[in-house]
Amino acid sequence: MSTNTEQRGEKGDILLDMRDVRIDGFSDERWHEIIKGVDLTLKRGEVLGLIGESGAGKSTLGKAAMGYAQPGCKIKSGSIMFDGIDLMAATEAEKRELWGSRIAYVAQSAAASFNPAHRLLDQTIEATVGHNVSSEEDARKDAVELYDSLSLPHPNSIGERYPHQVSGGQLQRVMTAMAMSPRPDLIIFDEPTTALDVTTQVEVLLAMREIVERFNTAAIYITHDLAVVAQMADRIKVLRYGEEVEDATTESMLSAPKEDYTKSLWSVRALEKSESPSDDIVLDIKNIDAAYARSVKVLKDVSIKVPRGRTVSIVGESGSGKSTTARVLTGLLPPEAGTIKFNGEVLPAELKNRSKDQLRRIQMIYQMADTAMNPKQTVGEIIGRPLDFYHELSGADRDKRVSELLDLIELDDSFIDRLPSELSGGQKQRICIARALAAEPEVIICDEVTSALDQIVQEGILKLLLRLQKELGITYLFITHDIAVVSAISDEIVVMFQGEVVEQGLKSQILQPPYPDYTQLLLSSVPEMDPNWLDKFVEARD
Amino acid sequence: MFAYHLISRSLKRLCEFRELGGDRLHPVFITILQRLGLGLLTLFLVSIIIFSSIAFLPGDFGEQVLGQNALPETVAAFRRELGLDQPAWWRYIQWVTAVLQGDFGTSFSGRASSGANEARTVVELIGPRLWNTLFLAGMTAIIAVPLSLFLGITAALKRNSFYDRSVNAVTLTTISFPEFFLAYLLIVFLAGFFPTLSTVNDNTEFGERVYKIALPALTMTLVIVAHMMRMTRASIINLLASPYVEMAQLKGVSRSKVILKHVLPNAWAPIATVIAFNLAYLVVGVVVVEVVFVYPGIGQLMVDSVSARDIPVAQACALIFAATYIILNLLADVIGIVTNPRLLHPR
Repeated sequence: MSTNTEQRGEKGDILLDMRDVRIDGFSDERWHEIIKGVDLTLKRGEVLGLIGESGAGKSTLGKAAMGYAQPGCKIKSGSIMFDGIDLMAATEAEKRELWGSRIAYVAQSAAASFNPAHRLLDQTIEATVGHNVSSEEDARKDAVELYDSLSLPHPNSIGERYPHQVSGGQLQRVMTAMAMSPRPDLIIFDEPTTALDVTTQVEVLLAMREIVERFNTAAIYITHDLAVVAQMADRIKVLRYGEEVEDATTESMLSAPKEDYTKSLWSVRALEKSESPSDDIVLDIKNIDAAYARSVKVLKDVSIKVPRGRTVSIVGESGSGKSTTARVLTGLLPPEAGTIKFNGEVLPAELKNRSKDQLRRIQMIYQMADTAMNPKQTVGEIIGRPLDFYHELSGADRDKRVSELLDLIELDDSFIDRLPSELSGGQKQRICIARALAAEPEVIICDEVTSALDQIVQEGILKLLLRLQKELGITYLFITHDIAVVSAISDEIVVMFQGEVVEQGLKSQILQPPYPDYTQLLLSSVPEMDPNWLDKFVEARD
Repeated sequence: MFAYHLISRSLKRLCEFRELGGDRLHPVFITILQRLGLGLLTLFLVSIIIFSSIAFLPGDFGEQVLGQNALPETVAAFRRELGLDQPAWWRYIQWVTAVLQGDFGTSFSGRASSGANEARTVVELIGPRLWNTLFLAGMTAIIAVPLSLFLGITAALKRNSFYDRSVNAVTLTTISFPEFFLAYLLIVFLAGFFPTLSTVNDNTEFGERVYKIALPALTMTLVIVAHMMRMTRASIINLLASPYVEMAQLKGVSRSKVILKHVLPNAWAPIATVIAFNLAYLVVGVVVVEVVFVYPGIGQLMVDSVSARDIPVAQACALIFAATYIILNLLADVIGIVTNPRLLHPR
C-alpha cells in the first residue's frame, strides 16, 4: 500500500484545487448562497485548517472538497479538481470510487456516525474491502495496527466491540483509523474533537497528528477552535459568511493576523475579570450524595460554598457531576444525603416542597437555548411568563417590564413579537437570560451557557453576564468545561472529578501551581495559541 | 428478501448468544423472559375483564332461550344445569381452571334441556372457524407485509417524488374508506375474476380456498397496507438522515448496500411493532369483511354468540383475540430487543 502512495505523486504536488466554488443551501423555502466563491488549494501531505464561526460554511466547503453536497445543498458553480479528476463532472459512481479509498471523511460526532448495529472492525474496513484496496484479511490486520498506533486500548479486541461499548474519545480514534485504513490521499476532519472533553481531546489530537504525518496524508481540518487548529495545520484559512477572510501559514497567521475579523477571533481569550473574595455565603451546599435511579452514585460528599454577588465556576469533564450538582440545587433531583442552605435557611430537597419565593430566588439558564424555549411562544410571552407567575404583573405593567428587561440584555422592543426561530443563537441565549432575570433572582445557575456558541458571540454573552452582575449584584454558579471561560469570569473555582470536589478556592489559587494531579491534567490539556503547544504538552507529560 | 434478511440476522444473533453468554444467562434472555411473564400476567388480567364484562351483559341466557313466558321454575332449572346459579367468582375460577386444562366448556346452544340435544364443545365450534380466520389472515399478511415494506422503502428513497406522493395518496384513500365499502368496490370491479362468496368448508381444497378468499384478502390488504407502509417510510427516512448513513455514503458504499447494511438493521423494531399491530387486526377486526363475503370466520361466530348469550363461546373468542394481540406484540418486542445492539451487547 505504501508503494501505491509513492506512485500517485510526490509531496508538494497540488492534490486538490478548488476554484471559485459557489454552493447554495435551501432554507426558509428558498435557496441562499452559502459559499460565495471560495478558492482552496491543498498540496500532497499538507494540512489545511479551516476555521470560522458556525454558519460560516466550513463544513459545507469541506464536504464539497469531496464533491459531495449534503442534503439541502447543491454545488452551483466553480471547479473542483482532485488529482486531475474533475469532481464537478464526475458521476455518482465515479465519486463513490474515490470516497472511502482516496478521500476519507472523519465526522464530528463519532457516536452518531458509527452504525450501532455493526462491530467497529467491520465498519473500519468496510470501505477498504468494498473498494478492493486490500483483501479482508490484510485490512483486518492493518486495522489492528492502526488501532495500536492510535493508542487505543486492547487493539486486538476493541474492533470486536459495538460503538456503544466504547467511549467517545476512543470512537473518534477508531474513526480516524477507519479513515486511514484505505491509506487515502486526503482526509477531511470535520470538527473531530469538538464533542470531546479537553483531556480526551489532547489524546485524540496527538493520535491524529502523528498518523497524518506518518502516512504523509493531506488533510483539511475543520474547527472553530483556533488553538486546536494551530496544533494541527500547516496553513490556516479563515471563513466568514461563506467567504474567505484570510489565508496564511499557521506561524504568520498567529503572529500577525491581517484582517480585523481574524484579530477579533484572537481577542476573545483576552476577556478577564479580576477576582474579589467575599465571606457572605448565599448558597451553602453540604455533604451532598446523589444518584440516578437508585443505582450509580453520581455525587459523593459534595460541599460547595457560594459567596453572594460573585461567580463560582464548577469545572470538570463530562461525567464529573457538574450538571447533576445543578439539578440537585434546583430541586429536580433530591439528594440522598446532605443539605442545601440558602441565606442560612435549609432548602427543601424536593422541588414541590419549595415555596414560590424560594423558587424565584434561584433561576437557571441552559446550554441549549433552542430547546429551553417554547418554539410557539413569542419573546414577549417567554419573558412575560415569569413576571406573571412570580410578580403577578399583567397588562401594561408587564409590557413595560418586558421592554426594560430587553433593554437590560441589549436588545430593543422590536424583538417582543418575534418567535425563537427568528433569532440567532446568541440572541436566543440573551432571551433566556432575560427570562431568568425577570424572576429577580439572587442566584442564577448557568449550565454550559456558552458552549454552543461561537467565540465572538460567547464573548458578548459573557460580557453581558458580567455587566449584569455588577449592576444587579447577582450570584452566578457557572458550570462549564471551558477553562478559557472560567478564567475569564470567575471569582472562585470548584474542580470536580468523578462526582467529587477535587479543589475549591479563589481563581488565583486554583490557576496557580502547585496543582493537585487532576487539576494539573485538566489545565494542561487546554490547547494554547501556540503551534508548538502540543509538542510541549507531550514533553511535559513524558 | 427482507424476511430472509430478518431471519438470518436473528439466527446469527442467537448463535452469538452462546459465545457471549457462556455459563450465565445472557441478559437478553432475562429481558425476554420478563416480557413473557408480563404477557401472561396481561392475559390473566384480560381474562378477568372478559369474564366480568360478559357477566354484566344485560339479559339472561335462560330467558333468552326459553322465552319470556317460560315458568320461573323451568328457567331456574335451566340456569342450574348451566351453572349460572353459582356466584360469579366461583364460575370464574371453574372457567379458568378448565381453560388452563384446554377445556373451554360446552356451548349453551343446543343443550338437552332447551329441547334439542346436539350441544357441541366450544373447541369443536371454534376450531374450524379459527383456522379459517388464520388462513385468511395469513394469506393477507403474505400479500400485505412485503407489499408495504416494498412501498415504504421505495417511497422513502424517492421522497417527495411523484411516486412517493401517489403511494401516500392512494394508501391514505384506501384506509379512509369503510371496509365494507372497499369490499363492495372490489366486488363491483373484480367480480368477474374472483368469486364474491367465500363459502368454504373443511373439505375445500387448498387451491380453491386461496381462490375463494382472494377478494376478502385483497380488501384487508387495502385496509392495512397504508399503516404499515407509512411507518416503514417514516422510519427509513428517519434513518436516512442519520449521520452514520451519511458516513456510509462518504465511505463510497453503494446505494443498495447502504439500505441493506446500514438502514434496515436499525429499522426493524418500529416496523415490527406496526406489523404486529396490523396482523392482530387481521385476526381480531375482520368481522365486517367476513359478513360481506359470507366467510365462516371467528368474528362472525363471536358476534352470534354474544347476541345469543352463548357465554362459553363468547368468552373463548374474546380470550383468543386477547391472546393474539399479546403474542404478536410480544413477538414485536422480541424482534425489537434482538435487533437492538445496545440490549444485545450490554457494555
